[in-house]
Amino acid sequence: MNINTTKIISLLFFIFSAFYLYTAYQIQVFAFDENAPFNARTFPIYLGYAGLFFSGLKLILPDPNTIKVEHKTLEYKKTGILVLIAIIYGATILKVGYFLTTSFFLMGSYYFLGERRWILMFMLSFPFVAAFMYLLHGVLDIYLRDPFLKMIGVMG
Amino acid sequence: MIEGILIGLKTALTFQNIFMVMIGCFFGTIIGMLPGLGPMTAIALMIPITYGFDPATGLILMAGVYYGAVFGGSTSSILLNAPGVPGTVATSFDGYPMAQQGKAGKALAIAAWSSFAGGTLAAIYLLFLAPSLSKVSLSFRSPDYFALMILGLTAIAAFSSKGQFIKAMMMVVLGLMLASVGQDSLSDITRFTFNNMNLTDGISFVLVVMATFAMSEALTIILKRNDPTAAAKQVSLTELGSIRINKEERAKMLKTIPRTSIIGFIIGVLPGAGATIASFLAYGMERNFVKDEEKEKFGKGSVHGLTAPETANNAACSGAFVPLLTLGIPGSGTTAVMLGALLGFGIQPGPRLYMTNPEIFWSVIMSMYIGMVILLILNLPLIPYIARILAVPKNYLIPLILFFSITGIYVMSFNNFDIYLMIGIAVVATFMRLYDFPMPPLILAFVLGGLMEENLRRSLLLSDGSWTFLWDRTLTACILATTILIVGWQIYKTFKSRKI
Repeated sequence: MNINTTKIISLLFFIFSAFYLYTAYQIQVFAFDENAPFNARTFPIYLGYAGLFFSGLKLILPDPNTIKVEHKTLEYKKTGILVLIAIIYGATILKVGYFLTTSFFLMGSYYFLGERRWILMFMLSFPFVAAFMYLLHGVLDIYLRDPFLKMIGVMG
Repeated sequence: MIEGILIGLKTALTFQNIFMVMIGCFFGTIIGMLPGLGPMTAIALMIPITYGFDPATGLILMAGVYYGAVFGGSTSSILLNAPGVPGTVATSFDGYPMAQQGKAGKALAIAAWSSFAGGTLAAIYLLFLAPSLSKVSLSFRSPDYFALMILGLTAIAAFSSKGQFIKAMMMVVLGLMLASVGQDSLSDITRFTFNNMNLTDGISFVLVVMATFAMSEALTIILKRNDPTAAAKQVSLTELGSIRINKEERAKMLKTIPRTSIIGFIIGVLPGAGATIASFLAYGMERNFVKDEEKEKFGKGSVHGLTAPETANNAACSGAFVPLLTLGIPGSGTTAVMLGALLGFGIQPGPRLYMTNPEIFWSVIMSMYIGMVILLILNLPLIPYIARILAVPKNYLIPLILFFSITGIYVMSFNNFDIYLMIGIAVVATFMRLYDFPMPPLILAFVLGGLMEENLRRSLLLSDGSWTFLWDRTLTACILATTILIVGWQIYKTFKSRKI
């Protein structure tokens, strides 16, 4: 059997399905539902078996149409940095507030993607986020919690 | 029906809704022109904003985005030979050669008029077919719905898998597994939450769509060092030529439009098929319909060759609304996103929709027509300028897509767990995309997961746990037979080409 990344993904999916199936069997159902034709664990159990079936098929059947990805040409560094910035964004948004976090997230993303025109970067972050906040908060009436703007008295 | 049309017109012709169609068409055209970013991404980015409106307005906005994206895809096919969406690949076969002959303006005009005609005719077919089909679908029972959902999922896996049916079926199962997280709808028993309170209500549909489409597409563009905006920079405002269509060309279009609109509409109605298959099929069939001297011109700038796919892909877009509005079962990834949004509004599409919420049912149909008019009068003259807007560097485009994705999730839940979950799903989806695991089957399965379990529950309870419900009724058996045919055909194709 030729081992390639698709097979590895299929193997991971097979393991995931097995874990899902195990967890499905552990779902606690009411005593009177235990022997019912359908209860809360019935559908997940079918899904677990379906996952095992399809990933198992993908694993054992030959794969002549292998997809080759040139990892050397992929931009892992920038992608990783963007993901990291997004995680930091998620970690700080509740404490710092939407306006500052989002503006810095945009500034950081522009910078790490190679942009150096600071005025344009600024215009497409702080004023842009402020305008978007106005659209959401002021026009569409979608509440946005922002401790920073509340502290400086811009938001109620 | 007349009353319904009037209700639809009344709702669709309000200032706010016309404005929404305009915004939707404009925004959709921009996103649709960017290769790699299709209607699903455009609609996904719009969902959080639609929650600020009433359901009819929200759906009208999304429908406008849908048509705009397909139209935008045609523009990049013609001007740049870089189809923005798969449904417009066939447009480039004759549109791009025409543009190279200095007739880009004419090609755009033919595409715009064909889209308009295809969409309009399909909206008329929908107008007459949807209410009748709604009445028929009232006779559907749980086993039929369950079988229909299996058919829809199998069909979308078969059509979107590019010869990788098993991979697509794996994505279907993954989508159903994600949908099973959270409380069981009947017993309220929590499943797969691992004692995490944030998962009790399940995973948000918007989160999954944003992660697997908008965010994952943005990450893929960076990862693969693509620049979707690079091609737009080549568009010259002065080299488009005239947008006038002469009498002879008009005559050719008039012959092609009626037949290809029917093909497009029928293909659009079928679950899983959609604009891509419709446009290729229409192109191929049109080539067989025309005279031999016209056949020779196909691929070299034929008017028939450009009109056929453009009419068909727009007709298919309207056709895709038939199963959504009448059965409550989306036939494509894009309409699955719309179904998810409707469920978010607390509306269950289906045979009773046009009785319980006629203003939604009819205003969507009416707004399709208005959308077509707006695309024609607004977008056609603006296309070169829209292309210029696209010349915005990807250094700005990608962060803005990420911004809209994360904001979309944040304003819905106001917790950072959802942001982390979205990033996690997006990273996995980006990696799977590299190895050609298709995402539309996952979305359709995720949206249908709850309904599917519900219908299976009812069917099994009614038949006392026996699976005979799958062939007890003729209708269920017919749907099941169609599913078996699709699976059988895929197995046959797989073994024939040894592309498993």
